[in-house]
Amino acid sequence: MTQPNNFGFTEEAALLKASARKFLSDNFPTDKLHAMVAGNPDPEKAPQVLWDQVLWRQMVELGWTSLAVPESAEGLGMPVVAVAGLVEELGRAAFPCPLLATLNTTYVLAACEGAAAEQALAEIAQGTAASLAVTPASGDWRVDATDVVVQDGRLSGVACFVQDAGKVDRVLVSARNGSAIELYWIATDAPGVTVQADAIVDLTRDQAHIVFDAAAATQVSANGAAALDAAMPAIWSILAADIVGAAEWQLQTTVEYVSTRQQFERPLGFFQAVKHPLVNVMIQIDETKSLVYNAACACDTEPEKAAKYAHMAKASASETAAFASGRSVQCHGGIGFTWECFLHLYFKRQKHSQLLFGDAAWHRAALADILIGDAA
Amino acid sequence: MSESAKKDSPEQAEFRAHCRDWLQANRPGEPPVRLPLSPLEIMTPGQMEYLQHWQQAAYDAGMVGCDYPQEVGGGGRTDCQRVANEEMIRARTPYMPNVIGLGMAAPTVFYHGQEALKQRLLPRLFSGQDIWCQGFSEPGAGSDLASVQTFAERRGDKWVINGHKVWTSLAHFAQWMILLLRTDKSHKYDGLSYFVVPIQSQIGKGVTVRPLIKITGETGFNEVIFDNLEVDDTYRLDDAGKGWQVAMTTLAHERGAGEKVTPRSGGLKSKSTHSTNAANLIDLARGVQRNGAPAAADAVIRDRMMRQVIREEGLNQNQRRARVAALLDHPARLPLQNKLLSSEITQDTAALAMEIAGAASSLYLGDENAPAGGQWPMAYMNSYGMTIAAGTSEVQRNILGERVLGMPKSK
Repeated sequence: MTQPNNFGFTEEAALLKASARKFLSDNFPTDKLHAMVAGNPDPEKAPQVLWDQVLWRQMVELGWTSLAVPESAEGLGMPVVAVAGLVEELGRAAFPCPLLATLNTTYVLAACEGAAAEQALAEIAQGTAASLAVTPASGDWRVDATDVVVQDGRLSGVACFVQDAGKVDRVLVSARNGSAIELYWIATDAPGVTVQADAIVDLTRDQAHIVFDAAAATQVSANGAAALDAAMPAIWSILAADIVGAAEWQLQTTVEYVSTRQQFERPLGFFQAVKHPLVNVMIQIDETKSLVYNAACACDTEPEKAAKYAHMAKASASETAAFASGRSVQCHGGIGFTWECFLHLYFKRQKHSQLLFGDAAWHRAALADILIGDAA
Repeated sequence: MSESAKKDSPEQAEFRAHCRDWLQANRPGEPPVRLPLSPLEIMTPGQMEYLQHWQQAAYDAGMVGCDYPQEVGGGGRTDCQRVANEEMIRARTPYMPNVIGLGMAAPTVFYHGQEALKQRLLPRLFSGQDIWCQGFSEPGAGSDLASVQTFAERRGDKWVINGHKVWTSLAHFAQWMILLLRTDKSHKYDGLSYFVVPIQSQIGKGVTVRPLIKITGETGFNEVIFDNLEVDDTYRLDDAGKGWQVAMTTLAHERGAGEKVTPRSGGLKSKSTHSTNAANLIDLARGVQRNGAPAAADAVIRDRMMRQVIREEGLNQNQRRARVAALLDHPARLPLQNKLLSSEITQDTAALAMEIAGAASSLYLGDENAPAGGQWPMAYMNSYGMTIAAGTSEVQRNILGERVLGMPKSK
């Protein structure tokens, strides 16, 4: 199978992207974001879950959470490339919500077989938000790494770096049972489950480690590593799309600033020491954006190449996240270093996204394994 | 059926079928001579003859100048050059030798020349009978192109030209040159004018062409000296003093952002051509030892090679995305990055290849033990031609920053 020239980005996808952009810019301008999440600058403050639940319910009603759910489970069954377009807009607005977490969970569930997975997907289609609890304390991103074990059919252990855990009702847990990795579906308020919020840098997300103590859960897959493997390319692709949207905001905001701020009787952007790095940010964003839609399209039409292309997309995106963040603050000068300037919200979101689900070097190493093998 | 073919108009569909049939029957075979990577580096009459023969055949088959009117030797079609290009590249044909003629001179003459001039020059340009070169840069005018000093003085209905042009690719074959010069010394931009001038027929009669030797040791381009060359006023494009505006038409087409699609063939894989790409880099690394193991097993080398793989794929996908309007913010944003990125990626890939080959990268073309016959150091050195010519990388970044991002002009 070959990919369509236009990435399969249909008119419907374009419409979804444009309407998401309008919805978010109309309802959630950056000053509102800042007012909502940046009330307390104390670096030692306790974790908080700050988000606009009214707007979130509207998004659920718009069908955004069921976009990736297959039609067989009452979802909209939209292609990954269309979802990436929507998520790019979510990143541009840096909107705090569990959409990414829910989409990630959806992709893993969709790669599972059986009635329990279907049932979990149907819950998501009806508006239940969910997240993945698949990462050990070491932050190992390999799909067979987990600190949760299955004993007598119950879950025990700790899952770390669970995204937006304070905003979701369900988690999909990977747990070791002998030599197998299995997946379980469980409510965050179920007996034996304790959600312990992490105090994180990023103000636009929340994160937790979840302690399981002989918790009874529903098994949705006996071959969880395969399901996670199949879903990861889509997960990397849409996270990279979020990074692209946020980086576009950083670039646009910084270009506007350097075009008006005067020093030495000139706007800052006159000076090539300022202009050229911002052009480099644009070039880096464009590389990532093109690779994101290519990877998303591969998930939809060429699954055998999806991992290769999604490693490229997330490696590039992690570089973009770091580079756009660094240049945006640096080119703003002193004001960009202050809490009152909105830049830090994106800076922190991007640094979080850069490392989430593998940084650039991790993805390049995985890409080398695909393209070169061990070569020894 | 290819994706692009699905969107063809009836005219394009019929034309595409014609191109396919013709190419299937007439595609040239392996060239009898080693061809350089770029038509701008054609050096020998044997190379030129083979490539001119191909361009003439493609023109006779209606695949060159398709979208220009028939009165000037074109095909009189609508948006069909794109189709011809796709089919010629798909069929893995040789490139066409008259690249400056097709890509820069043709649209400039077409939009700014007098009718009789167009009818005289364009048919022979399209067919490749006349090769063209470009006289823009001078020893004192590189990135700051508008400071050119070559001067034309008016004498009745003639102009007398004196000056010195450099980096003139193909001048040693060229019948014609597009020439940016000065007709008024008191205004920088408004003192510029634009001419077409004959070259080969005037050698020894006001024109001298001398090869310039590159850092690689090859002769790639020339300098052209005008010593009282007399040309007719009908060779002027647009009004005297409008040269800068005319030059903008040339440069827009050079950067792929002009009105006319440039006729382009290519894709022929020749045994003797060396490509500077990441796949070649990986092959090299597999065969080279580093600390007793293949360089391709070294984690740092792998990481750096993957960076190049990703940049290359990013550029490919940029070109794909450039045609998806819903995924673009500014129409020129991706096209204006092409030259900058392809030249810098090539440069970094060649630099990394030399590091991977290690000490053996010291060996050059004349050494039988040189990896890839010494092509990597040559590619690395030649890459500076690409990051400097046609607007340096620094000028390209100014253009992107100012035209696409809207930042204040750096001048």
